[in-house]
Amino acid sequence: MKRRDFLKNTALASGAFLIPSFLKPLEALAKSDLTAYKNLVIIQLSGGNDGLNTIVPFGNDIYYQKRKTIAINQNDIIKLNDMQGLNPSLSALKEVYDQGYMSIINSVGYPNPDRSHFRSMDIWQTASDSNQFLTTGWIGRYLDSNCQNCNNPYTAIEVDDTLSLAMKGAKMKGIAVQDPNKLYQTTREPFFKDLVHEHGDANLSEDNLGYLYKTMIETYSSADYIQQTSKTYNVTAQYPATALGNQLKTVSKFINSGLQTRIYYVSLSGFDTHAGQQNQQGRQLKIYGDAVAAFIKDLKQTGKLDDTLVMTFSEFGRRVEQNASNGTDHGTANNVFIYGGKLKKAGIYNDAPDLSQLENGDLKYQIDFRDVYATLLDKWLNINDSQVLAKNFSGLNFV
Amino acid sequence: MNNAKHLKHLYARAGFGIRFEDLHDHENWSVKKAVRKLFKASEKNDQIAVLTENIERRNYAQLTEAEKKLVQEERNKQTRELNCAWVKQLSETDAQLREKMTLFWHNHFACNIGNAFYEQQLNNIERTNALGNFKTLLLQVSQSPAMLQFLNNQQNQKGHPNENFARELMELFTLGRGHYTEQDIKESARAFTGWAFNGLTGEYTFRPRVHDNGIKNFKGRSGNFCGEDIIDMIIADKQTAIFISTKLYRYLVNDIADDNHINQMADVFYKSNYEIKPLLEFVFLSDWFYDDKNIGNLVKSPVELLTGLNRQFYISYQNPEVLIQFQRTLGQILFRPPNVAGWPGGRNWIDSSSLMYRMKIPSIILNAGMIDFTGKANPEDEAYLAAVRKQQLNIIKKVQAQPDWDKFLHDIPKNTTKEQIAEYLLEPKLNKTITEEVNNANDIKAMVIELVSTPEYQLC
Repeated sequence: MKRRDFLKNTALASGAFLIPSFLKPLEALAKSDLTAYKNLVIIQLSGGNDGLNTIVPFGNDIYYQKRKTIAINQNDIIKLNDMQGLNPSLSALKEVYDQGYMSIINSVGYPNPDRSHFRSMDIWQTASDSNQFLTTGWIGRYLDSNCQNCNNPYTAIEVDDTLSLAMKGAKMKGIAVQDPNKLYQTTREPFFKDLVHEHGDANLSEDNLGYLYKTMIETYSSADYIQQTSKTYNVTAQYPATALGNQLKTVSKFINSGLQTRIYYVSLSGFDTHAGQQNQQGRQLKIYGDAVAAFIKDLKQTGKLDDTLVMTFSEFGRRVEQNASNGTDHGTANNVFIYGGKLKKAGIYNDAPDLSQLENGDLKYQIDFRDVYATLLDKWLNINDSQVLAKNFSGLNFV
Repeated sequence: MNNAKHLKHLYARAGFGIRFEDLHDHENWSVKKAVRKLFKASEKNDQIAVLTENIERRNYAQLTEAEKKLVQEERNKQTRELNCAWVKQLSETDAQLREKMTLFWHNHFACNIGNAFYEQQLNNIERTNALGNFKTLLLQVSQSPAMLQFLNNQQNQKGHPNENFARELMELFTLGRGHYTEQDIKESARAFTGWAFNGLTGEYTFRPRVHDNGIKNFKGRSGNFCGEDIIDMIIADKQTAIFISTKLYRYLVNDIADDNHINQMADVFYKSNYEIKPLLEFVFLSDWFYDDKNIGNLVKSPVELLTGLNRQFYISYQNPEVLIQFQRTLGQILFRPPNVAGWPGGRNWIDSSSLMYRMKIPSIILNAGMIDFTGKANPEDEAYLAAVRKQQLNIIKKVQAQPDWDKFLHDIPKNTTKEQIAEYLLEPKLNKTITEEVNNANDIKAMVIELVSTPEYQLC
């Protein structure tokens, strides 16, 4: 029998591709297993979101002194306590906050902050020290740890066309999926399919060629699994027609269809507001708030909110004092948002940033961002965080 | 055939791959002769001169908003022009080795600033000294406006030292982590105070008034050191030769460092007072360079992948900016390294999405996205292929690339077997599937497109 006929008669006909058994896609989770399956969704705000105009410290006069033309008017702020309130563009999040599904952590950063977008984003994505250059991301290292629930590429999905450094480990990497159907189609290139089915064992060796074949086969198998599983669920909830709205809708589809994914990663850019900040940031915050509120509402409805935790961060905050172009320049510590159905400490987690004790005009960080990661890893994903972060962080109590 | 294998390997590593006509022509050359010819061809030093104006020199603060917007557009245009000019040079030059090493130094001295004119200047410094003396190169790079700006030495002044340059100089450019102390950084930063560039002329200038003339303690010695003294002391430390040799070994030979080979390299480098040419000659003429385990096992960077393809198929681009899009998709935009440490390289280039793109892009450039499938297609395959055919016109319109197939096919000597063509295109050994695929092929062009769409083609 000819090679191809053999293929046609056996593998393809029966639907069981000639993929090594350890790479075979797992069945979608049975519905009963789904309840305790915890997901983490990370939303990255790129460009350095101005945290002080996001969660506004209206109760502090210094805020109004330093931001003569771009401060948010007292009357417009959605007040959360007598010190801080939401930017009006985040009005959609008010209900989420009131329901106890949102926690705001103030003054998150790291020692010796770097004000370069690229560098600071790398620091957040690799969870490194300020003067340390790591080539693997913290989620990638989570995959590398080879825990029981994290040994497939689709354990971590970035809803995007390309994969962020955060998702790359030394041995394992997450997978970028903007559109499950499109990824599936790309891997179905008949010639690639042939290579996947007919590579010999020699090509799965430890060298770089083996690594390439292994990545190709895993992509092929993951694309199939993600496509087949996610198509079983249709999102009926309404989402805003924005890129972020669509991305979160895709995440909802993945979660609700029972995909065995633990971490989802999405991002929204446009926060580098050096000039004309109020309008530009307002637009981006509205996109963010509306999409997140829709996502939380959707998950509440489908019963998945208790199993989902959402974290939002940006690579740095901005300087306390505005600049001459009605904008703000690169700063340091910033707020981080956590959402979920089962928060231990909802509301405002810690004191508002201290605007009187600055370092060169910048906020001093009070909480290391890696304490946030440690909490997510240890208390949510149930993995020894020091293994991933290569250091001990005591963690926080938001979950 | 063995000789051809060695030549092919040499050109894959010392350049961006050999062309068929050259392989055929040089088949009887000794490795020694081929190395000599490579250096000979790289005596030529073509500077990139596409940018003639330093936009920074315009008085930005006095412009209206609309004018500022225009200036920003011009900046972006310069950035694109510079990128395209270098890709063109990489793809067309005979001075392959010089460009290959320029690419190495481009990553070693990673720099990412908004001023394309200064980037062009730095790139030319790296090109001019690519095969010259490392100390000269290091000094010129350190005193270039691009690097002075990128590593904040412009702000490094007596009384307010900025340690950024001093740190990266030792950590990334010369000694490597663990071979200096925090104190060495603090003290040497003071020695570099006053190193600056003149924004009007775009040239290096020393500013004595902001230079710290005090005593500095550096690596166990003390004195009123200036920046040049610090660089002399770093160069005198053999660790610098070891550090550069290690990085070069990973770039030219194997991801996995072999301490024995690296020490041999460091000896040659150090004894020659950091001349780069003898070091490279030593590597290319070493027996171990041609060991099987060192052949076909390096992951091509995206730029090497695209450049190699352009060279092998004589591709011309009506809209060369499409190559910037490919760079972005594959994760390596020239002049935009992710941070001061440069692109990590090796397996870091590969993830699920980037690998699929890498396997797809050659057919997109060469054949409007079509990979002709020699086997029997099942209904699903047929549907897929039909969809691709529908897309072809769109792709042609977007990519506007023109490979010279006639020349490519004409260069293949008569009586060359299909398997030999495959061996020429792929550095790793051919596996059974690919050999079968090759033997089944009816059409050389279709076969070639299949071959450049494989995991094997990602390696050199």
